Amino acid sequence: MSGEAARAGAIRFRGLTLGYDRHPAVHHLDGTIAPGDLLAVVGPNGAGKSTLLKGIVGEIRPLDGSVEAGPRSGAIAYLPQAAEIDRSFPLSVLDLVAMGLWRPLGAWRSLTRQRSRLIEALAAVGLNGFEDRPIGTLSGGQFQRALFARLILQDARIILLDEPFTGIDERTTADLLTLIRGWHREGRTVVAALHDLGQVRAHFASTLVLARRPIAWGPTREVLTPPVLARALRLSEAWDEAAAICRHDAHEHDAHEAHHGTDHGGSAESQAPGHSHSHDHHEHGHHDHDHGRAHHGAVS
Amino acid sequence: MTLADLLDFLIGPFVEFGFMRRALAGCLALSLSAPPLGVFLMLRRMSLMSEAMSHAILPGAAAGFLVAGLSLPAMTLGGLVAGLAVALAAGLVTRSTVLKEDASLAAFYLISLAGGVFLVSLRGSQVDLLHILFGTVLALDDDALTLLGGISSLTLVALALLYRPLVIECVDPLFLRTVSRAGGPVHSAFLALVVVNLVGGFQALGTLLAVGLMLLPAITARFWAADLSGLIPVAMLVSMLSSVTGLLVSYHAGIRLPTGPAIVLAAGALYLVSMLVGPRGGLLHRLVRRRHLEA
Repeated sequence: MSGEAARAGAIRFRGLTLGYDRHPAVHHLDGTIAPGDLLAVVGPNGAGKSTLLKGIVGEIRPLDGSVEAGPRSGAIAYLPQAAEIDRSFPLSVLDLVAMGLWRPLGAWRSLTRQRSRLIEALAAVGLNGFEDRPIGTLSGGQFQRALFARLILQDARIILLDEPFTGIDERTTADLLTLIRGWHREGRTVVAALHDLGQVRAHFASTLVLARRPIAWGPTREVLTPPVLARALRLSEAWDEAAAICRHDAHEHDAHEAHHGTDHGGSAESQAPGHSHSHDHHEHGHHDHDHGRAHHGAVS
Repeated sequence: MTLADLLDFLIGPFVEFGFMRRALAGCLALSLSAPPLGVFLMLRRMSLMSEAMSHAILPGAAAGFLVAGLSLPAMTLGGLVAGLAVALAAGLVTRSTVLKEDASLAAFYLISLAGGVFLVSLRGSQVDLLHILFGTVLALDDDALTLLGGISSLTLVALALLYRPLVIECVDPLFLRTVSRAGGPVHSAFLALVVVNLVGGFQALGTLLAVGLMLLPAITARFWAADLSGLIPVAMLVSMLSSVTGLLVSYHAGIRLPTGPAIVLAAGALYLVSMLVGPRGGLLHRLVRRRHLEA
């Protein structure tokens, strides 16, 4: 099974280590996010949530291991945490949202016939009548709504959201969560880094608890338990400048076993409910979240 | 002063003298292509980057001058090669090392500038150096005009083709990176256009002032227009107005006023006036507090 490309909408990690200056921020992550999954990534600050999403979208290169996302990596829509969007740029909301049509339209095809689609997407996020406003005049919540309208138009199989509700009021959050559930119903894979555990319990089928190392990964109600969260909180955020070179053998991950033996974290008694030795049983519909133990990442 | 006098004042010099007509044509061509680039430079907060690029051109022009004397094709080619090399090298260093673009560009342009001054001083007098630094707008020959026209046409066509990815790259570079690989090439093409226009401008205004017609009109336009569809035409108009004004002032002035600086000073005057009275964030409009709206 190792050679076949991940199916459309699936994201597969093989011994994925991401980080900065050789210091890992995500350490040896294995497993598969099933197509159509609605996955929350939780963990304390510095746990590697944003880094993981950046790794999936290809913004940073793995230090080790690999991530396969769908047949084309370009089929991913990504909403970064602190968008490096220049909001002082003189651009209308309509033009910002129209960027979402880059894939079908490219640099030259006409936008004028798409206007109704753009207005529709703006209406879907509750921004009727905002099309000609300069982006600099939007409030934080309105701007986030506009970015969600752009995500709608990107029409991607995989949607990555990095703390999309930070600084956003309850009503906007509720509206955007409705959109996310809609994407889930349409069979899109949604991965969101989140902090509000209540939100995660209420809306997200499965959860990955990350504290640099994956702490637990599975159905939300099985994973979000006090012992797991306590372990995640114990993560030390500081880099160890004198950290030794990690001897964890990357090849072991291809066999999808042998994680148990290589305890390189020091304290890692396996916390995951179980290990999957095959990722082939995701054929069932994405509505079924009780595949439970099927798609856990290995915890080492 | 009668109307005839006024017409004579405004049009006379161009009717009477071929070199004035050539200078006008050259400056108007430059006014169509350089200001739109200046608008993008300003919006990307890269205004000073073009200044650095203009210095980077010097050693190439100087090398051309060393080889062939005061020859337009040689100096143009040299300037083009040097400018593009610095732009590409700076881009490469930015992408592959820890340096940000402004730092890597500063390093290369300083090397380039010193090298250029060194090369010029190897041969030639102070006058030659002045030619290179301040241009010779009143001595544009047919070749120079063809070059300026060609650069202007090329720039407008290329900008039309690059417009959408260029705007996305300015507003949200990360987004462009996730949906397409066009970001890098578009950025390089944009820098190349800047270099080409600076080389064109250096025929007329010299390396030191070539940036003037690129940036000043763009910055001035910010006080008159709110979005790109307004900024670009306003910048072009300001640039044309500065060219005509500068040429006329230098022609009519009693003292010998060099033309290149006169044109850039005219653009500078328009900037100062716009900063005071411009309706979009100009100083006077900020002082007058208008009643706010109901909603």
